[in-house]
Amino acid sequence: MRGKSAALRHAREVFVPLATIAVLFAAWEAACRFFAIPAYLVPAPSAIWVDTGKLAGPVFHHTVATTVTVLLGFLASFVISLPLAILLTTSPTIAGVIYPLLVLTQSIPKVALAPILVVILGANELPRIVVTFLVAFFPLVLSVAAGLVAVPPELIELGRSCRASRWKEIWRIRLPYAVPFVFSGLKAAITLSVVGAVVAEFVNADRGLGYLIVTSTAFFQVPVAWGALIILSLMGIVLFQIVVIVERVFFPWSLSSDRPGAS
Amino acid sequence: MIAIEGVGKTFQSRDGDAVEALRGVSLQIRRNEFVCLVGPSGCGKSTLLRLVGGLTLPSSGRVSIDGTTVAEPRSDTGFVFQAATLLPWATILDNVLFPARMMGVLTGAHVERARELLTMVGLAGFEGKHPRELSGGMQQRAGICRALVNDPDILLMDEPFGALDALTREELTLELMRIAAERPKTILFVTHSIPEAVLLADRVVVMSPRPGRIAEIIDIDLPRPRDFDMEARHEFQDATRRIRDLIFGSRARRAA
Repeated sequence: MRGKSAALRHAREVFVPLATIAVLFAAWEAACRFFAIPAYLVPAPSAIWVDTGKLAGPVFHHTVATTVTVLLGFLASFVISLPLAILLTTSPTIAGVIYPLLVLTQSIPKVALAPILVVILGANELPRIVVTFLVAFFPLVLSVAAGLVAVPPELIELGRSCRASRWKEIWRIRLPYAVPFVFSGLKAAITLSVVGAVVAEFVNADRGLGYLIVTSTAFFQVPVAWGALIILSLMGIVLFQIVVIVERVFFPWSLSSDRPGAS
Repeated sequence: MIAIEGVGKTFQSRDGDAVEALRGVSLQIRRNEFVCLVGPSGCGKSTLLRLVGGLTLPSSGRVSIDGTTVAEPRSDTGFVFQAATLLPWATILDNVLFPARMMGVLTGAHVERARELLTMVGLAGFEGKHPRELSGGMQQRAGICRALVNDPDILLMDEPFGALDALTREELTLELMRIAAERPKTILFVTHSIPEAVLLADRVVVMSPRPGRIAEIIDIDLPRPRDFDMEARHEFQDATRRIRDLIFGSRARRAA
């Protein structure tokens, strides 16, 4: 019985958002037709579908290119943020050095930085990854650092009473405790990675969905630009959900530590 | 075995005031003795326990174990905290093995011993469960197993049953006495409960607050093994009354 109601709830969880989106698109289509809005202003979903479909092959390649940039930027954020957060929380002196630098990286407008990065790093994938990283990593560092210092003092005391070394305290107590914080940071980072990748593609790219939006609007292929936009939001949703699923599968205890047992 | 000599402890509070938690505390604890520390809040009994455990250092005086000054947590000391403080992400078995793993001495013998201990406290079959799947009493049982996994000579217990309901508390009190009888250890036990202290202890150290100091040390002459029936004995009654008088003054007894 529990299984059935859970399945029902699950179906509702999936069905309700899908139905909402379907209604939204239907209303959009109807509005475009009813008010006869020209396609170069706001194209109807059907026009987007048809025009983007005609370019299915190139659009697919652009999508792959953007996905690669997003994932590499996201990976860089993860790999750099974790040790950075550990450094920030282990020593007040190091924190004093790093924090202003972090804030500095965030106060620089990334769109303005991107062309300069191209000059420095060359017109290749690297400046795009760096821009994506710069957009995405900051909330991740902050939330991992918050998790590392949120460990209850009793657990730290337990570690001390067991003669845990500083390294073991971080590895066995602080980091596991911070897992829910890490994941909330990762969820922010994956979404921002998509933003960062598109920003980078606006400035410097010969492929990618950001590049497609720039070129298709330049040639008045507005429905294709809208198609790229929709693919980007789908990409954001899918990547976000992958992070959610990874947390659910590998760190089930991090979701609700006070939930009564399943048994 | 444990020597506490003229120990004082002063904390620096956040606004810069000095708070004297302990003053001039001296206490000798023999090997395999069960000593309970009772007293009102703020009498420094937990601080005294932490000093013996090496989690904090005295401002004056000296704490030593077998002649060695305690400067940091020792591997022959086991801790049981007020809350079970289990790691929510680790299984019960891994939680019990935690001290061995932290000290880098984990062997197959520890795993075997952890399983034995869990069986002894009635948690066989729960090795692979996570803490959230256990009741509060079961969690604290696991906490006790964790303190015992390195087979320490000294067990320091800071109100270990304080967060449990009355029935679980009695059950665990009996269990602790059984464990102490099976594998004799030097036990220092902090509690708010006077009957609990009298039932468990060879000696009850009554402390008074501001600054924390020892008011009196009371020998408990009840035979072992003990159980809750002994609460009816006059030795038990006399000891609890004496402790109550020391803590509340004789006025409180007349009012009761």
